[in-house]
Amino acid sequence: MIEAPDRAYLAALCLARAGLRVDPEKSYLIESRLAPVARREGFVSPQGLVGALRGRSDDRLAWAAVEAMAMSDTEFFRDRPVFDRLSAEILPELARSRGGAPVRVWSVGCGTGQEVYSLAMILADLPASAGPWDLLGSDLSERNLEKAQAGLYSQFEVQRGLPARALVRHFEKKGEGFALSPQIRQMVRWRRVNLLDDLSSFGRFDLVLCRNVLSGLAPEAHTRVRTSLMQALAPGGRLVIGLRDTLGGSFKALAPGLGLYAAA
Amino acid sequence: MKTCLVVDDSPVIRKVSRRILEDLGFEVAEAANGVAAMAWCDAMMPDVILLDWRMPEMDGLEVLRRVRASRGGSVPQVIFCSGETEIERIREALEAGADEYIMKPFDGAIVAGKLQSLGLLQVRAA
Repeated sequence: MIEAPDRAYLAALCLARAGLRVDPEKSYLIESRLAPVARREGFVSPQGLVGALRGRSDDRLAWAAVEAMAMSDTEFFRDRPVFDRLSAEILPELARSRGGAPVRVWSVGCGTGQEVYSLAMILADLPASAGPWDLLGSDLSERNLEKAQAGLYSQFEVQRGLPARALVRHFEKKGEGFALSPQIRQMVRWRRVNLLDDLSSFGRFDLVLCRNVLSGLAPEAHTRVRTSLMQALAPGGRLVIGLRDTLGGSFKALAPGLGLYAAA
Repeated sequence: MKTCLVVDDSPVIRKVSRRILEDLGFEVAEAANGVAAMAWCDAMMPDVILLDWRMPEMDGLEVLRRVRASRGGSVPQVIFCSGETEIERIREALEAGADEYIMKPFDGAIVAGKLQSLGLLQVRAA
């Protein structure tokens, strides 16, 4: 059991480093997120891990804890109607409006890659005349990015949201898991990004997916990230947020039920 | 209420599947082999068939072919549910007319996801 002062310390650490809203009262959640990190780092318990964080200045360990608290569930084609709309309408329209110039897409908080790979699989089915496509996946966690880049998923993961026809078309069996084809994997670039940093050097994007990120942020970080997202959208660009995320003003809702917005 | 026929020679799998499907609002019938499955389909074609592959006497592929060849047999969506996890086997099932494929072991979330993608279940906001 992690003591209340240690939980408060952890919540403050997550807020300072990544703008995360962590409720120190949720001891079960904190324990379950930190348990794998504690095991990996050789502590007997999550309490031991947080104790060590408070006792010494260990930047790597602090980030490992923060990244674990930032983790969220993901799956292929999560919230399917969103991908249906992207595939039928948004992506072809963006390609048309760019007239052969690269269409830039950014999956913000991409986790282990399922979201941006779902997009890549859709794009592989569009006519070759649409595009070219420039896909970027970013996440706070290097571990997530390593897994995303490897494109190797468990039997359980490839059954969550991924149609069987897409499985046989784009994956091959590798040991107990399934490996995504190099053709799809090489469509995506990866980058570690902390959303609190200055993001202006990334340039502008025609489509930004930032789903299930905003709802985990503290108010100040939420405002800051919202501004960054606005600056990251190219003219005519589209933003997709998660179904439980809220955005606030300065964006124009196109299909709020799908989390679809445009710069106002 | 939509109907689902669960075809599996394992009583445990049938029981687990029934519980998952009933929780999702389906009316469930069970068949322990291909002959019993065909008898159900002749009497009343279900909306969905959850179909095991390896069964004694008549295997899942044979059941699928017979269902598709029978009157009204293009109606049900057929989800294979099998321990076969080789890509080639999954492709074979899809080419034989299966609509989806579940690899064992599975859970309620996987079944619900497959039913959603086939349009048999309302997508609930995650």
